[in-house]
Amino acid sequence: MSETARFLLDGAPVPFAEGQTILEAARAAGRYIPHLCWHPDFPPHGSCKLCIVDVGGRHLSACATPAVDGATAASDTPEINAERRALLQMLFVEGNHFCPSCEKSGLCQLQAMASELGMTTPRFNHFYPDRPVDASHPDVLLDFNRCIYCELCVRASRDKDGKSVFALTNRGIHKHLVVNAESGRLGDTDFAADDVAAGICPVGVILRKRVGFAVPIGSRTYDTRPISAVSMDREEP
Amino acid sequence: MSFELETASDRAGLRRVAIDPVSRVEGHGKVTLLIDDAGEVQEARLHIVEFRGFEVFIQGRPYWEVPVMVQRLCGICPVSHHLAASKALDRVLGVPRLTPSADKLRRLMHYGQILQSHALHFFYLASPDLLFGFGSELGRRNIVGVAAAEPEVARRGIGLRRFGQQVIEATAGKRIHGTGAVPGGVNRHLAEADRRRLADESATIVAWARDAVQLVRRLHEADPILYDSFGREPSALMSLVRPGDGALELYDGVLRLRDADGRIELDGVGDQDYRRIISEEVKPWSYMKFPYMTHLGPERGWYKVGPLARVQNCEFIPTALAEVERRAFRDYAGGAIQHGPLAYHWTRMIEMLHAAELIDRMLDDPDLTAGERMADGERGHDGVGIIEAPRGTLIHHYTVDDDDLVEWCNLIVSTTHNNQAMNAAVRRVAREHLSGRTIDEGLLNHVEVAIRAFDPCLSCATHALGRMPLIIECVASDGRPLQTLVRDS
Ligand code: SF4
Ligand code: FES
Repeated sequence: MSETARFLLDGAPVPFAEGQTILEAARAAGRYIPHLCWHPDFPPHGSCKLCIVDVGGRHLSACATPAVDGATAASDTPEINAERRALLQMLFVEGNHFCPSCEKSGLCQLQAMASELGMTTPRFNHFYPDRPVDASHPDVLLDFNRCIYCELCVRASRDKDGKSVFALTNRGIHKHLVVNAESGRLGDTDFAADDVAAGICPVGVILRKRVGFAVPIGSRTYDTRPISAVSMDREEP
Repeated sequence: MSFELETASDRAGLRRVAIDPVSRVEGHGKVTLLIDDAGEVQEARLHIVEFRGFEVFIQGRPYWEVPVMVQRLCGICPVSHHLAASKALDRVLGVPRLTPSADKLRRLMHYGQILQSHALHFFYLASPDLLFGFGSELGRRNIVGVAAAEPEVARRGIGLRRFGQQVIEATAGKRIHGTGAVPGGVNRHLAEADRRRLADESATIVAWARDAVQLVRRLHEADPILYDSFGREPSALMSLVRPGDGALELYDGVLRLRDADGRIELDGVGDQDYRRIISEEVKPWSYMKFPYMTHLGPERGWYKVGPLARVQNCEFIPTALAEVERRAFRDYAGGAIQHGPLAYHWTRMIEMLHAAELIDRMLDDPDLTAGERMADGERGHDGVGIIEAPRGTLIHHYTVDDDDLVEWCNLIVSTTHNNQAMNAAVRRVAREHLSGRTIDEGLLNHVEVAIRAFDPCLSCATHALGRMPLIIECVASDGRPLQTLVRDS
């Protein structure tokens, strides 16, 4: 006789299958755990830490931690959410995120997450890094100002498109996205607008050119539904 | 070159009075008056701290972002920048003519902006001075004072402004930082529900706007000497007019310059050619440039823009009620060009009526709620967009590279066109009302009344309305501060 394995998430039981992570099991059970660098089509990456849950006093990445029978995990608590907000605030000040004039507004997971988690101020001092855009590709623009280093494009280009157009280089504060061309310009890579990687960026770095504000602000995905609801249906880049 | 009272002959030993910033003007303004021991004004300058970083900021950005981004230039008339940038980028995309739906939706948005801005300026910012007097009790000189003394005037003022804002919201998506216009067209139609809601009210709005014109007209007629002469400095007038018949045209037209006596000096200049006729002078004491007509030079070539220029520059106004009022305005001065800054208020209300009539007339148009929104063209690199913003001619000019990034841009905003005209008015008022007197708050307010008549909008301003502190410093000839007045109105 085999009992279904379960763990407790915020006090309610979540069944899981062998090998599922906390985040996957929760999602399958219709429970949302915030995440940015995780995507159902890719193995966990564990870099953004938005998915942290408290398991026995330790803060673990739910996207990378296998579910354990009988464990107790806390996700939607004031303490965890405050930590998530602080992570978001750091992401906001590290780059240049100016939502009112950003063409990705309403389609951006970082912005949607900030509103989901009630982040209202940047709190930290802005770094204001100087990151010129790369417009060398005829169909796609790279606006590095908004990169959150989730490596989804790196993974998509390598694992789905078989091209390895993108990579992250350097560490810490000097970390940044580069493309695989001697010139450093996207136009000199074999990147194409219909690559999986072209549509994967959760923020506003990889953008189809000349689209801009064709869809009015106010009627976009996250303008009308919170990310916690959208994410349960499908992952929107 | 320098105008009378622009620079004192001997600046040492003059008392300095600074009004900083000018209250109830959007943005930062500062007036300095240098006064000699006899109390005579020897120098009067209006400094406007203009946000100069924008041109640099926009360089290297993709062009399709620009119409949204430029709205940060101004918290008071973002729609004007939104539309001027969109028009310039239409040209870059090789689209000189929009689809009928796009053209009408943008016009509707623009007329909504004219209506709300003119209502805001007159009822909230100017009417307290005009109704109560320039030197009246300070605590009354605001919209709350108007509401107490003239509740119906205040109520309608608020209603007119709100209606304009609703038009903007219905066409741009939001009251501020809308995204309705995109290079080559618009991204939305007017929703049928919004159309109906606006159409229900528009006839009332026209009637209220008409009454507002009458109100200003009565003020003029009650004190013609003050209204005609206060701050008066004759100059040329510049605006767009409709090509062909010279009608008043606020959204798209050709440039016309009329000289101070009313003769047409230049006409039919296409917007793409503005640089052929306009130059800009830099002066060491001001951050804001001084534009002038190239062929006349800086001394003779300065001009006024805005309602006073437009209403007198056009041949006629193509809506019936506003045209009646234009004629009344013209007949009031026996057909002569009126130069007094206070006449801005009258013409501003005539334009508000015109905008209300246009909106009322347009709301039945089926192109607003359906039809092709976008047009295509042959991509170029250079584009100029000129509109008549509430405060006057607004010029946006961009070059865009092959990779779709903005290479270079030049903006001339309405307030910059009026820079010399406002300085001239300040000097006139300083000479006639302040010189030789003990300067108190009421007298200093005269200077502000003259500036405010132009409705300057100081580009970067996002200050909440009516919350601009005013600091007046009186400094003795030895630099010792004599008196400081601070108010927060
Ligand atoms: S470009 Fe987008 S997808 Fe790639 S690492 Fe940066 S944020 Fe992630
Ligand atoms: S989603 Fe788990 S670390 Fe980013």
